[in-house]
Amino acid sequence: MRTREELQRISMSLEEYELAKSILGREPNDLELGMIAVMWSEHCGYKHSKKILKLFPTTGPHVLQGPGENAGIIKLDEELALAMKMESHNHPSAIEPYQGAATGVGGIVRDILAMGARPIALLDSLRFGLLENPRTRYLFSGVVSGIAGYGNCIGVPTVGGELVFEKPYTENPLVNVMCIGLLKGKPKSGKAVGVGNSLVLVGASTGRDGIHGATFASLELTSDSIERRPAVQAGDPFMEKLLIEAILEALEKSDAIIGIQDMGAAGITSSSVEMANRGGVGVEIEVTKVPQRERGMKPEEIMLSESQERMLLCVEKGREEEIRPIFEKWGLNFAIIGHVIEEKIVRVRENGKIVGELPIDLLTEKVPAYDLITKEPEKLKEIQIIENVPKIEDYENMLLRLLGSPNCSSSSWVYEQYDHMVETNTVSIGRGASILRVKGKPYLLGITTDGEGRYCYLDPYIGGMMAVAESARNLICVGAEPLAITDCLNFGNPEDPEIAWYFVEAVKGMSECSRRLNIPVIGGNVSFYNESENYTVYPTPVVGMLGKIENAETICTPEFKKEGDTIYILGEPGNLGGSLLIEELLGEVRGKPSFDLELEVKLEDLLFKAIKSRLINSAQDVSRGGLGIALAECSIWSNLGIEANIETEKTIEEILFGEAQPVVIITVDSSREKEIEQFFKDLPIKKIGKVTRNNFSIKINSNDVINLDIETLKKEWSGGIERWMK
Amino acid sequence: MNFGIVVFPGTNCDRDCYYVIKDILNQPVRFIWHREYELKRIDCVVLPGGFSYGDYLRAGAIARFSPIMSSIREFAEKGGLVIGICNGFQILTEAGLLPGALGRNKSLRFICKYVNLIVERNDTPFTSEFKKGEIVRMPIAHNEGNYYIDDLSKVKKQVVLRYYGENPNGALDNIAGIVNEKGNVFGLMPHPERCSEKILGSEDGLRIFKSIVRSI
Repeated sequence: MRTREELQRISMSLEEYELAKSILGREPNDLELGMIAVMWSEHCGYKHSKKILKLFPTTGPHVLQGPGENAGIIKLDEELALAMKMESHNHPSAIEPYQGAATGVGGIVRDILAMGARPIALLDSLRFGLLENPRTRYLFSGVVSGIAGYGNCIGVPTVGGELVFEKPYTENPLVNVMCIGLLKGKPKSGKAVGVGNSLVLVGASTGRDGIHGATFASLELTSDSIERRPAVQAGDPFMEKLLIEAILEALEKSDAIIGIQDMGAAGITSSSVEMANRGGVGVEIEVTKVPQRERGMKPEEIMLSESQERMLLCVEKGREEEIRPIFEKWGLNFAIIGHVIEEKIVRVRENGKIVGELPIDLLTEKVPAYDLITKEPEKLKEIQIIENVPKIEDYENMLLRLLGSPNCSSSSWVYEQYDHMVETNTVSIGRGASILRVKGKPYLLGITTDGEGRYCYLDPYIGGMMAVAESARNLICVGAEPLAITDCLNFGNPEDPEIAWYFVEAVKGMSECSRRLNIPVIGGNVSFYNESENYTVYPTPVVGMLGKIENAETICTPEFKKEGDTIYILGEPGNLGGSLLIEELLGEVRGKPSFDLELEVKLEDLLFKAIKSRLINSAQDVSRGGLGIALAECSIWSNLGIEANIETEKTIEEILFGEAQPVVIITVDSSREKEIEQFFKDLPIKKIGKVTRNNFSIKINSNDVINLDIETLKKEWSGGIERWMK
Repeated sequence: MNFGIVVFPGTNCDRDCYYVIKDILNQPVRFIWHREYELKRIDCVVLPGGFSYGDYLRAGAIARFSPIMSSIREFAEKGGLVIGICNGFQILTEAGLLPGALGRNKSLRFICKYVNLIVERNDTPFTSEFKKGEIVRMPIAHNEGNYYIDDLSKVKKQVVLRYYGENPNGALDNIAGIVNEKGNVFGLMPHPERCSEKILGSEDGLRIFKSIVRSI
């Protein structure tokens, strides 16, 4: 009999324990209980999310692999496919930012590698508290260094992501890492098949680090969490680089590898059980065969260790020696630790003696799936109302203030620490979606991550839709056709009905929008319990999206191209709900964000066609900070000014700083105005002015509102983060 | 012109260099694993960038003991061309094939960005495609690019590239690339293979590889 307290240490309720016991038909021993606890943890078992996640559309003509594997796969052409996946490493990064973020990179890279793909790019979607707070600065610089330290060393470029600073992330930073990889031929699978085939552990040795990391990630953070620092693993990027090269070399030279699986959360336990489950078989493991870097490790420590840079292979029996030399050449362990058995159980032996035995389905299909109890927060209606907004006295000053705030300013302090060019595919970063070329192919790739917690906090259904729509719009703006989504859903404690409501609504919104835009969700990750004593994170679904650009001629970029071009706005700017301006003026996020899905569908369709037929010279999405910020960025990036006059019935605040979506700024040759107006006649389209040599001047209803030189804009924008991080 | 690209465990710009030499310049090229000794029929050895041995201990400090390094030393003594890019430059200084050392960047942070460089010498086999005094743009990406030597006068004449305008890493006398006295071993922190195609933003780097091809 176990006590409630004992079970709480491993994030298991007494009820769950009783359930597991009744399925098993006996009391589990310590090893078995540890294995059940990690596999039943939210982190591995998705018990609060799996029912809801079924809402996502997951199929489409290009999808080769949807959710359920190490990563999703999209077909690019007859020869190449692309693996993509995003994952969170929030909890470890809150405790130990450098290693937390570093091992987040390591894990996602191995997920891509497990599909037989060479990782070609990383993106990081990061959220922290405000930089005024010294601990935030510690977490922020630690996370960035961790990503840089790991990603740079393994030679995978970090080419994009997001950076948000908002109070609710103070104690729970969000570190979501996305990786994409290219593969030729048939994707690999993380499955074990063929009775008698070997299970081979390759990579690093196993130590005591990260034991119960998965259960730790399934708890709220408390002041005692710091004591759980040992649950955070330590990464060795050099080892990971060797693992990448060895695995890819082995796959190229031999077909003896049947299945590959990342060994991440819950270590050997989850990787062997998942492989067995996918293959419909059982596995037997001899723990003494596992290369260990510490003496005297107990079977449960070996089975639960989350030591990094390890992978599990299923290798055809008798052909192990074909690939062993490749791993030895790269200086890696190659240890046959077990084999596939017919009976669908995981059997653990120590020196031949059985020390644990559990049915596979107890650890997979029979993980409880909970119906969420949801309740719309009472305060929601109240926070959706905006009242008593102070009048802005000086619009120029406000524009500069927002432009120089870490949420809008240049993120060069971050991306200059990342090697974003290795692999020599990086065509464009830091301006909307990132663009990568594919060597030997005419087409290019667009990739982006997007998600606004603020919008979701105020209206999760709308916010969920906007996360998908903004990603797609960012891709369209660079000329890329959106192909697939991977996501990271970051929320608080799902056992709280209000949090559960947010979660369900956000997923519904995301599903609706991806369905309407025809973009399947091919993988992702859920991170709950992102809350602590003082804060719960904004409900933050983050979307990672991949698109394909037909050829180098149809690339579009957001910056202005030349003096004299005419500037148009597509869509209807306005609505201050959820805007940065409101937060700036009222000290809190308020209002109801506005989004028009039908307009989005039409706008994306026409804009994509216009870019493909090279009608327009630049396209910039209007999002965080509103039209004023978006126009300023176009000027900063191009060193060209604007002369604009916007005729409107809305207020200056709404026009300059409203964040209603969709709104896109485009520029065109002045000789093509008629053609453009005809082309976009079914959309709200407004000519607002022209591109000039240097001054940044905006009039509203012919009244001067903004008149600044570009150097002033640049100075504010470029120093937003540096001034805190000196 | 036969190129050989040395691969150490942790090297990560090997395939990028290979692509430029093979696919852009159509020159014969092969990878050389660091445990090999053979440099037969090679005209130019490339030590590419990356993190050989994870940069553990000190960048380049372990790689210099690899078996291939003794062959490279002989090869260089006989006048063979050797170019070390970034981590390759660090390995060449650690191995004593080039003077000086590369310390941590002044900012103590990794820096990846385009920088301006001034070409100080165009009479080397690596820079004949440039004009003397020309300003070019190439990207850097390193933790340890802060060039140092106790007696600067020893290498004054061997400086091939200097940072122009901003000095990104604190390098002494703005040194970004130097050759040995004989002029056949070249080390530079910028990555020419990353700026050898128009689509990547600059073709200035290609001229280094073209210079090498032209030299034979």
